[in-house]
Amino acid sequence: MSIHEEKKDILGQSYIYMNYQVDKKGFYGNFGGAYIPEMLVPNVEELRNRYLSIIQEESFQTEMDQLLRDYVGRPTPLYLAKRLSEKYNTTIYLKREDLCHTGAHKVNNTIGQILLARRLGKTRIIAETGAGQHGVATATVCALMGMECIVYMGAVDMERQKPNVERMKMLGATVRPANSGSKTLKDATNEAIRDWINNPVDTHYIIGSVVGPHPYPDLVARFQSIISEEMREQLIDKTGSPNPNYVIACVGGGSNAAGAFYHYLNEKSVNLIAVEAAGQGVYSGHSAATTFLGKPGVIHGSKTLLMQTEDGQITEPYSISAGLDYPGIGPMHANLFETGRAKFYSVTDGEAFNAAMLLSRMEGIIPALESAHAIAVLENIPVKKDDVVVINLSGRGDKDLMTYITRKDEFTK
Amino acid sequence: MTSTKINNKLTQLFATKKKGLLNIYFTAGYPQLEDTRTILKALQDGGADMVEIGIPFSDPLADGPIIQESNDAALHNGITLKKIIQQLQGMRDEIHIPVLLMGYINSALQYGVEKLVSDLSELGVDGMILPDLPVDEYKEKYQDLFEASNLSMVFLVTPQTSAERMKYIDQASSGFIYVVSTASTTGNEAKDLAGQKEYFERIHQAKFNNPTMIGFNIKDHASYTEACQYANGAIIGSAFIKMLGNSHLLEKDIKEFVSFVKQ
Ligand SMILES: Cc1ncc(COP(=O)(O)O)c(C=O)c1O
Repeated sequence: MSIHEEKKDILGQSYIYMNYQVDKKGFYGNFGGAYIPEMLVPNVEELRNRYLSIIQEESFQTEMDQLLRDYVGRPTPLYLAKRLSEKYNTTIYLKREDLCHTGAHKVNNTIGQILLARRLGKTRIIAETGAGQHGVATATVCALMGMECIVYMGAVDMERQKPNVERMKMLGATVRPANSGSKTLKDATNEAIRDWINNPVDTHYIIGSVVGPHPYPDLVARFQSIISEEMREQLIDKTGSPNPNYVIACVGGGSNAAGAFYHYLNEKSVNLIAVEAAGQGVYSGHSAATTFLGKPGVIHGSKTLLMQTEDGQITEPYSISAGLDYPGIGPMHANLFETGRAKFYSVTDGEAFNAAMLLSRMEGIIPALESAHAIAVLENIPVKKDDVVVINLSGRGDKDLMTYITRKDEFTK
Repeated sequence: MTSTKINNKLTQLFATKKKGLLNIYFTAGYPQLEDTRTILKALQDGGADMVEIGIPFSDPLADGPIIQESNDAALHNGITLKKIIQQLQGMRDEIHIPVLLMGYINSALQYGVEKLVSDLSELGVDGMILPDLPVDEYKEKYQDLFEASNLSMVFLVTPQTSAERMKYIDQASSGFIYVVSTASTTGNEAKDLAGQKEYFERIHQAKFNNPTMIGFNIKDHASYTEACQYANGAIIGSAFIKMLGNSHLLEKDIKEFVSFVKQ
């Protein structure tokens, strides 16, 4: 365990500092590490040895800042949702990641990783995708840089997120169906990892969330941390304090939540709320609520909480939202759960669906199904009148329109 | 070196036979749940020098389609690690060649590594291959346990492994070094041994403390013979699994397969 770090204060007295960041060995408390076959070690080691110095280079930061501003459209607004605030009798801000170019927070990470890949001398990019948002964000930055792009996507997801498949193709990417296992995000990730094993020299794997072997969880969290960096400044402007009472985000692998929590991890007054997909109900057998149903184990190269059988077989998750349909969570979140630093809630398909309807009608914002899970949890959080609540609206709902149209009758009371 | 601390059927084999060793991998519980012992016995009778029994896993990252499908089929048949241990009870009454278990770390973690080591050692299993177990973690947490139980641990090296890391892996390994022939998942038909001479020479020159076995994409007599020029032997997996999947007379076909490879 290394979450308790002894530090000295300015008077030289030691105190215990809770460290929620990754340690030198790549662990967040009991979770993380790099459980990978030898074939991947050289690539992952190169990344581990070089990522910090590369992303701290001035030329890297200048290029990144410029792209985030002029291409992605950052900073994204922090919007006071007046009617939603009235309904819940509190003050609610939405961090508008849905307004990012390509429609979700995923592009913050792909911009960073493509710049990193170029500095590593890689010429071929692979990625996995669930909802297709990370695939689109990867295809986009590859088009921008003129690099070859191959995206693995579960055959089931290709069917339910068709518009995103077409977008990726239009952007010049090759979309390869993952036909193994449950044919969803987990299997697409397996296929991407296998591709990397078979192409170890020229290829960089742009992983789409805070999952995978160290240093990926830390790398992706750093690229997404722009979300809470901006939040702090925007909150000072709007409320006089950088700290809200609550930060709420949905968790698939956990990248938008990692970005929204990042600069608040050691700010105890800020309640961190992570929302998982309960699917048809946490104990229905059709769920993706990992902290409720999971046990420690190894998935995709990292030790974390994951849904599995007693024999250690990874089980098929289920959620109406393809982006939350993952049987694990990033190791950082497993540690936030274990230490109690973040509180985990789960929201069913129907609750998320209705929250999407609510936000559309009350604020004129159609959210992604993933983000709708974060809205829905307002029903369960004991917010007070004077509280300031920030919800990370991770993406927009265009990609989910077919689901919103076809399943309306089923979910509306 | 650590390997000298261990004395089991695997180390004894390498002490007496240094060339042309054939190691065959098969998936437990495949094609039928109860085929594990039949296959093991037929491999011994056919002349395999050692075997690796695969522990099926839902997400075998390092494996190509053939082994993936055998894993899925075996899981569908109802195999679990517990069941494999049951199936292997009493195997040393009839099996005299070295037996290794190969799988992914999550299976071992859920079973409990200490319990697994103790159960395997009781069965007379000689070693394990867990490709996604980090070498560091093995040294830190498990090496003493494995050595105390006379269980070998086999690690992999690949064409991209640096000379320095190869040394480190050699020090941690006991039994043999698994030399992955090409940068590849298992059974990748797009890859073969052509062009790997320089790499195999490099391995040969490295003068490891441990014997070496070349695996991945070894599929027939020709590739087996070629690999054996550079190592103590070779490992066949996917090609054997593919044969099993098409076989109607397991014992006969297995013996034919082995004698065809060894000729
Ligand atoms: C809009 C949106 N939000 C959230 C997620 C979930 O991913 P993460 O937990 O990494 O933010 C996705 C994934 O596809 C997404 O598209």
